[in-house]
Amino acid sequence: MDAKADAAVLSAAARPRLSARWATLLVLAVVIATIPWFFPSGFYFRVAALVWVTALAAVGLQILMGQAGQVSLGHAGFVGIGAYAMALGPKYLGLDVLLCLPLGAALAGVIAFLVGRPILKLKGHYLAVATLGFGMLVTMVLVSEVGITGGPDGIRVPRAEILGWRIRGSETFYWIAGGALLIGTWIALNLQDSPSGRALAALHDSEVAARTIGIDVAAYKLRAFVIAAVYGAVAGGLLALMNGFVTPDAAGFIASVEYVTMVVIGGLASVPGAVVGAALLVLLPQALTVFHDYEHAVLGLLIMLFMIFLRVGIVPGLAALLRRRA
Amino acid sequence: MSLISVFRRGLLGLGTAALIAAPAMAQQGQPIRIGAVLSVTGPASFLGDPEDKTLRLYVNRINAAGGVNGRPLQLIVYDDGGDANRARTFATRLVEDDRVVAMVGGTTTGTTMAMRPVFEDARIPFISLAGGIEIIEPVAPFTFKTPHTDRMACEKIFADIRARGLTRVGMISGTDGFGQSMRGQCQRVAGPAGITIVADEQYGPRDSDMTPQLTRIRNTAGVEAIVNAGFGQGPAIVTRGYAQLGIRLPLYQSHGVASAQFIELATPAAAEGVRLPAAALLVAEQLPENDPQRRILIDYKTTFEREFNQPVSTFGGHAYDGLMILVEAMRRANSTDGTRLRDAIRATRGFVGTGGVVNMSATDHMGLDLSAFKMVEIRGGAFRLIGN
Amino acid sequence: MLAELLQFLVSGLTVGAVYALVALGFTLIYNASDVVNFAQGEFVMLGGMVTVFAFAAGVPLPLAASLAILAAVGVGLLLHRLAIEPARGASAVTLIIITIGASIFLRGIAQIVFDKRFHQLPAFSGADPILVAGAAILPQSFWVLGGALLVFAGLWLFFERTLLGKAVLATAANRLAAKLVGVDTSFVLALSFGVSAAIGAFAGILITPITLTSFDVGTLLALKGFAAAMLGGMGSPLGAVVGGLLLGLLESFAAGTISSAYKDAVAFLVILGVLFVMPQGLFGRRSVERV
Repeated sequence: MDAKADAAVLSAAARPRLSARWATLLVLAVVIATIPWFFPSGFYFRVAALVWVTALAAVGLQILMGQAGQVSLGHAGFVGIGAYAMALGPKYLGLDVLLCLPLGAALAGVIAFLVGRPILKLKGHYLAVATLGFGMLVTMVLVSEVGITGGPDGIRVPRAEILGWRIRGSETFYWIAGGALLIGTWIALNLQDSPSGRALAALHDSEVAARTIGIDVAAYKLRAFVIAAVYGAVAGGLLALMNGFVTPDAAGFIASVEYVTMVVIGGLASVPGAVVGAALLVLLPQALTVFHDYEHAVLGLLIMLFMIFLRVGIVPGLAALLRRRA
Repeated sequence: MSLISVFRRGLLGLGTAALIAAPAMAQQGQPIRIGAVLSVTGPASFLGDPEDKTLRLYVNRINAAGGVNGRPLQLIVYDDGGDANRARTFATRLVEDDRVVAMVGGTTTGTTMAMRPVFEDARIPFISLAGGIEIIEPVAPFTFKTPHTDRMACEKIFADIRARGLTRVGMISGTDGFGQSMRGQCQRVAGPAGITIVADEQYGPRDSDMTPQLTRIRNTAGVEAIVNAGFGQGPAIVTRGYAQLGIRLPLYQSHGVASAQFIELATPAAAEGVRLPAAALLVAEQLPENDPQRRILIDYKTTFEREFNQPVSTFGGHAYDGLMILVEAMRRANSTDGTRLRDAIRATRGFVGTGGVVNMSATDHMGLDLSAFKMVEIRGGAFRLIGN
Repeated sequence: MLAELLQFLVSGLTVGAVYALVALGFTLIYNASDVVNFAQGEFVMLGGMVTVFAFAAGVPLPLAASLAILAAVGVGLLLHRLAIEPARGASAVTLIIITIGASIFLRGIAQIVFDKRFHQLPAFSGADPILVAGAAILPQSFWVLGGALLVFAGLWLFFERTLLGKAVLATAANRLAAKLVGVDTSFVLALSFGVSAAIGAFAGILITPITLTSFDVGTLLALKGFAAAMLGGMGSPLGAVVGGLLLGLLESFAAGTISSAYKDAVAFLVILGVLFVMPQGLFGRRSVERV
């Protein structure tokens, strides 16, 4: 980190931000710890665990999109890499499935590093289409190499064991996923408040301006891209472990669009926004089943309404509303 | 358009009527809850939509006739959109929240395999409507399936090709689960069946033109027949492309197109002479009078087509078979306990369904043999039973 | 060999023409508003589906097609009026998510109003292929190519020869400046949605006899059209046309000569390659970031 840039972007608001960071974490921790009291059945553990895992991937994308201002329509590609590592590592390399979680994350990081270097030279929609292409390539390999990946029908993921204890059951995964999200959120919030986070924010505002004050723009973008990929891969790995099964849908274009929607609908500039966005997009399909045939129409309508009336996203939007009241 | 909405409203009305009627029957016993996770939308909606329609229709009919063991059925349907992760979540919901006693669903092999552990862990019978052989091989204690496997389709097709004195086959497959699974099985059984696969092309499930792939197959030296593994609209476009290029080789489609709608989409002219293995449902009227399936096939076909005003497909038939096997098992077991129900399903013998005569056992959770599969040829815009 | 290449060429151009029309729709709306309209594919769906259902109800084909275009234009204008206009001033990414919501909404409505099945439409002038130098060409391919040409020419005339066209161009170049010289930019935006919808629906009508249609054909077309628009250079109508045709050709030649399983991968690798050399696409404007 460059000291000059550091000084340039260090804001006087650093102190209150610090407490806001801990407040966010505290709220999240309290929510994770208390909502199980209200769960009427095991199914709720499953859905809530899914929310935490999805939110972890979304928080990763928020670092890239919200903090570094770089769009990605291929985020699910990294989720897929993490997920398939859990299936392929044990099957072909005889590795313990739990070991495959960090290995998959590392692999995603390395791939992101290699792919990111050329891709991140592109801007805006061109970057979107390049990342879209990357995501499609991942899906295509997963779909076409049937002999290795199991093809479109997917592949089994072995159940994990720690000292002979098999990790299973929605409740166990609820706590694992909740813990992972808490750690992920903590890192993301720290990143946002760190000198490099402010460098990234500068980048978001204006790349040229960031460059002129001495920020190594390319390096920071690449770092955000790699971090986002690692988040995605860890989330994918956890998802695979939780499901005991993975299909190429996990890496698909639709999933990528969903992650982007989560980040934007929750609030592009907000880490907790990504969590809220993920919760919304995971919970809505469950809640909307009462509409039967109208399910998709209502989902689309809600997305539009949220974005029209809370255009900066749910979390910052509601925060602004509250402030205006106060 | 208006016709469809009128019918939909009618269906919705029926659904609410059933819901309102449910408490009235409470004295006779709580409704028996049956779950169904289907790909009603998404890439496999071609399969999932008729399955959904069939289940709703027949649950209403069963309830109108007094239900099962004096209790009405309550069907809970969730649409997974073809996504395995979503299917898994809905499966958990069925088991943990809705407390279903059994599941008839799982439109694709991918969603079925993702959901299987949920039902196995909960010891709740799961009758899948997907084709993949891995669903029942090796046998999982609580998982069954009603459709023929894609391996059977390959064997049937290859036998027919050999009967024509041909051996060299060009394959064109969809990159969806159905196409890839069948492609794999065909590659596996080709050798034993005396068939050589000389070309292996693929297309995306939503591709709009397959003439490049077909041109390549046509130009492959020695190719004698073409086999298309796929479902939905892809095979219709393959068939159109085949006609467009004026290819003279015999074209085989799979059981994944087994609906009169395929002929309509491919156009009768292009589909002329195309052969495919399919459940007898497509040729119900052509079966001999003494065929055990004849009555039930014609009954299902007329019921479905009258209700929905669209051609029947064998996929809806799979759902019918699954539901009926389950209902019969519930009657025999006079219980909704998972293990007893499973034992009763496993004891299914001589069940006459749309897919064939089903004889399950502890080692066979499908219970169909090749005789249930008919080879049909499209002639004059209709399916014709041949050489069985 | 020549026949084979000609076959791939026709196949690629036909599919590519549709990509080009979708990409044009993207470009028009993008130029007027910076919005990448991911509901563009749904206009194509509407074109095909309304025509199919009207035709099945006994409406003559030309009238059914006109109805479909009108319906799509109506939906396009409503989309602008009810979803884009109220969010005016929101960031581009917010507007994009609105269009994604709109696309899910329109698909959801279509599956209720129509149904979830595939549908076909008879070819406009017979289904017997025409043999040209050994390649079999469907008459409908000529309809698609001719129709696309008509749209390209019409748009070119509109931009080059009409005051309104100039106003649209001015808005695309600099919205504020256009406003200052008296261009009603809000009207231009509504116009762009209407014209985009019409073009999309037109493409849907032309291609349905070849590719069939269903309530969810739009997703993949939007994706391909977006990629084509990027390849050509976002904001450039010429780029959209070239990008679309190129993408179609890439897919068909890759499927016919390299690998049909990876044809989309080949197409995307080429797009990536082009973007690495020309980060603004083939015909994109070089933008200079102001600080």
